[in-house]
Amino acid sequence: MENLKQLVDQALAAVSLAQDSAALDLVRVEYLGKKGPLTDLLKGLGKLDPSERPAAGAKINEAKEEVQAAISARKAVLDAEALSAKLQSEAVDVTLPGRASDLGGLHPVTKTMQRIEDFFTRAGYSVEVGPEIEDDYHNFEALNIPSHHPARAMHDTFYFDTGRLLRTHTSPVQIRTMEQGKAPFRMICPGRVYRCDSDQTHTPMFHQVEGLLVDTKVSFADLKSTIEEFLRVFFEKDLAIRFRPSYFPFTEPSAEVDIEWGRDDEGNIRWLEVMGCGMVHPKVFEAAGVDTGKYRGFAFGLGVERLAMLRYGVNDLRMFFENDLRFLAQFK
Amino acid sequence: MKFSEQWLREWVNPAVDTQELVTQITMAGLEVDGVEPVSGAFYGVCVGLVKSVARHPDAEKLSVCQVSNGDEDFQVVCGAQNVRAGLKVPFAMIGAVLPGDFKIKKAKLRGVESLGMLCAAAELGLADSSEGLMELPEDAPVGKDFHAYLNLHDRAIEVDLTPNRSDCLSIAGLAREVGVLNRMLLNPPEIAPVAPASDAAFPVRVLNSEACPRYLGRVIKNIDIASSTPLWMQEKLRRCGLRSIDPAVDVTNYVMLEFGQPMHAFDLDQLQGEIQVRMAAPEEEITLLDGQSIKLRADTLVIADADKALAIAGVMGGEHSGVSGNTKDIFLECAFFAPLALAGKARSYGLHTDSSHRFERGVDFEMQSRAIERATQLLLQIAGGEPGPVIDVTDKKQLPSRPLVALRYSKIEEVLGVEIERIEVEEILTRLGLHIDKLTKDGWLIKVPSYRFDISLDVDLIEEVGRVYGYNNLPVTEPMTRLGLKPCDETMLPIRQLRQHLVTQGYQEAVTYSFVDPKVQEALQPEVTPIALANPISSDLSVMRTSLWAGLIGAVSYNQKRQQPRIRMFETGLRFLTGEDDIQQTPVLAGILYGERYSEGWAQTSRDVDFFDMKADLESLLTLTGGNYEFKKAEHTALHPGQTAEIYKNGECIGVAGALHPRLYSALDVNGPIYLFELCLNKLVKGSVARFTDISKMPEVRRDLAIVVKEEVAFGDVSEVIVKEAGEWLVDLTLFDIYKGKGVEPGNKSLAMGVTWQHPQKTLQDEEITGIFSKIVESLEQKFGAKLRS
Repeated sequence: MENLKQLVDQALAAVSLAQDSAALDLVRVEYLGKKGPLTDLLKGLGKLDPSERPAAGAKINEAKEEVQAAISARKAVLDAEALSAKLQSEAVDVTLPGRASDLGGLHPVTKTMQRIEDFFTRAGYSVEVGPEIEDDYHNFEALNIPSHHPARAMHDTFYFDTGRLLRTHTSPVQIRTMEQGKAPFRMICPGRVYRCDSDQTHTPMFHQVEGLLVDTKVSFADLKSTIEEFLRVFFEKDLAIRFRPSYFPFTEPSAEVDIEWGRDDEGNIRWLEVMGCGMVHPKVFEAAGVDTGKYRGFAFGLGVERLAMLRYGVNDLRMFFENDLRFLAQFK
Repeated sequence: MKFSEQWLREWVNPAVDTQELVTQITMAGLEVDGVEPVSGAFYGVCVGLVKSVARHPDAEKLSVCQVSNGDEDFQVVCGAQNVRAGLKVPFAMIGAVLPGDFKIKKAKLRGVESLGMLCAAAELGLADSSEGLMELPEDAPVGKDFHAYLNLHDRAIEVDLTPNRSDCLSIAGLAREVGVLNRMLLNPPEIAPVAPASDAAFPVRVLNSEACPRYLGRVIKNIDIASSTPLWMQEKLRRCGLRSIDPAVDVTNYVMLEFGQPMHAFDLDQLQGEIQVRMAAPEEEITLLDGQSIKLRADTLVIADADKALAIAGVMGGEHSGVSGNTKDIFLECAFFAPLALAGKARSYGLHTDSSHRFERGVDFEMQSRAIERATQLLLQIAGGEPGPVIDVTDKKQLPSRPLVALRYSKIEEVLGVEIERIEVEEILTRLGLHIDKLTKDGWLIKVPSYRFDISLDVDLIEEVGRVYGYNNLPVTEPMTRLGLKPCDETMLPIRQLRQHLVTQGYQEAVTYSFVDPKVQEALQPEVTPIALANPISSDLSVMRTSLWAGLIGAVSYNQKRQQPRIRMFETGLRFLTGEDDIQQTPVLAGILYGERYSEGWAQTSRDVDFFDMKADLESLLTLTGGNYEFKKAEHTALHPGQTAEIYKNGECIGVAGALHPRLYSALDVNGPIYLFELCLNKLVKGSVARFTDISKMPEVRRDLAIVVKEEVAFGDVSEVIVKEAGEWLVDLTLFDIYKGKGVEPGNKSLAMGVTWQHPQKTLQDEEITGIFSKIVESLEQKFGAKLRS
């Protein structure tokens, strides 16, 4: 028994020398295993006088526990070291680029159209679409533009040999929707339109959103609030807006809408035309089968590219249709 | 229309500056496009008198002049041909500054001192170009500041008039508007009828009074066509954008600007027999004032004499019957041509004149008599002559009618959203020249004046009230409408979501023209005849696309030329095909892929995109709306014969996908490989509402199956057999390996698949699965000669 202390000291030294959990396990087997000296000592208890056995047994167990505790403590340290080493080995350069995941993007015209649609659908407008190859009736006649009306000169129209044409505005969709439905109406008609015109500021195809609200009590004052709200929401700015009397065959009264776009050298507001609008002309209602005695309506129209140019600072209309990825990627 | 601000102010002169005036008329609906000074910026120029002219001693083309500024004489060297003693000219003295910041200093020209400069009109910004010195009238006061002499503190204001406002195509009409806006009376020139000095007349026969309800003429004999138009008139014409020609033309132009009435002066000696106002004979020829010869159509109104057409009525006169330097006697024409008779005619001959512009939109049909008197009066002042009586051929029945328009007072508020007092409404209408014919129990009956062609309904009157009241003074109110909630179909996937899905997969949306190059179209789909435009903007944009591929391939070509290594694009829009009964305009979604699968990076080895990259994107797209889909081997003229598939959804073909045929690379100016797809949008977005089924708690059983088949056997056919034989408890079939090579005979391939079953209520027994499995193997052997791979 006198060598117990010596034995414990030996074991503790071996524990502290163990450099990994495998070595530590060998130490455990060596000292605490079935064939280890401490187990031997316990086995030897039988040889002692029975009166000495409890005390001697307790001492041996104490010694075992001390060694076990040292092993556990050492294991904890070794595990922590091992984990830390593993973690260190797994460290990455977080500034490296991620694996490829290339996001595309929407065309700025679509993006702009969606923002416009969002505004009006929140206000309960439906989104209506229609054919782009139109007939003369829906594109002109029904919109109070008879064949020799000077306003036809305002629409440089693409024709087909059959007498059909490419729609010059999306208003025919309004006519078609009214023909097929029943008042009241609240709709916007987004889409492609075509004019036979091509230069720096005109492309032969562009996009419009035209809107229409038809109900029993609708006034120009209501139109004003709708347009003003829309423009301020669209540009996210408290812009100055003015309504300038103008002329469209399909509305009466008619107005063009100008927004404040900077100031000139003398500090005067620089006005920029962005939309056309007005109260639906009774002849349009007659053509579309809406009771003019009961219903009134307002209509408005805007060029999507124009709004997109203003919103995103694009300075050349033609870029919208070149589909240069370096241009398109700017609108992600 | 361009007009001189000063001229307008002679008629009505409100106490507002130019800026305010421009804003006023713009906000009344006459949009001002531009305001320009009427001359270049200069000072230090006066009316000078050339007292004497001597040859320059050392230069043949130069003269040495003595020029007076009224106080003293200066020696000036001048190179102009028309310099002569007694001439009055603009004289820029030492210290003057001419347009372009050109300072006049003491100078020596070929050794002779020159103290100032004699000016040409162009040098003062009074003309774009000019020949020789500007010659001033004899009564020009020597020494007077030239700016003040010509009243050059004026602006030329350009208004962009909408087609309904023909009444404002004159100083008189614009002044009327300005008067209304400023509540001022007008100060028009006095026009007294000119008494005939002879009974010289010329017969006029109107053969189509519907097109020409009123025709006035007047013979004026013995005019001095060589007399010069007074400077004040030349200047007014110039500031309104017209060039001075001769007294007769200038006067007719002047009256047109002043009152909006186009007129024409014929050389009486050139007229044979009578004036006829008639429709042209088919193919009748005429040589116009501008020298061009055209053949007329029978729908065109002409002014003719007994022999031939002299002018296209209301559009342009002819070369031979016009006033020339030899003209002594003239025949003045002042007519009202019906807008409908003239509409579109000028344009159809490629013409557009100040006259046609006005007649098409509507000229005041009560103006002719005053206009012809005004023209006579002015012409007599300038060129003398003896007027005959006015010849008047009017068919009153054919003059435009002006029925009374009823306006209900309360409707004004209904439309404009504001109550405007009755008295104010009446005042606005009256000032505009709209006559209150009668008060009714709820409003008025209004008589519309002869110069307004745009008012026939109550809303037309309300617009007048609204614009004079000021649109910006109208209130702003929220619309009150019924809520009218719309149904919302869950089986329709919003297109927006499809777009977003493709964006997430790396596609960039493109927007290409709907009309394409017929050559590209022909290369892609030679079997389809596209719908051609009658008047394309250019030959490469002349047919409607029958597929969105034409545009997308163009976009890829464009970007390849700009070194883009990786392109994925999509577009949505209509394609246009000729159907059996009608044109089919079908919304489609199309996409294109080219280049690297992944963008270059440290973490991935790049390779070119292939069919299955595209297919993965399509499968993910098709999964969005649910339902069964399937790819079947197919053919398409534009696609690679071994890499073309038709896409079926719930048994219906909804599109096609494949690799662009390599033979088309050079014709389409692209590098390959390029992959393309196009899907019918309406069929793609249609899905169904999800239906819940119980989740089985029973274990799954999986068996792996490896078979060897001929290489040409399609996996789709194999899987079809397996699905059929595997029974209703099949939950999954996965192809996890395709192997060719060692251990597999050449010409064959090994397909390795995992087949998984699960029963909803019970654990499937080994024997059951083994039974099914053997049936699958048997069937595969029968159908494809498949052998189990050991």
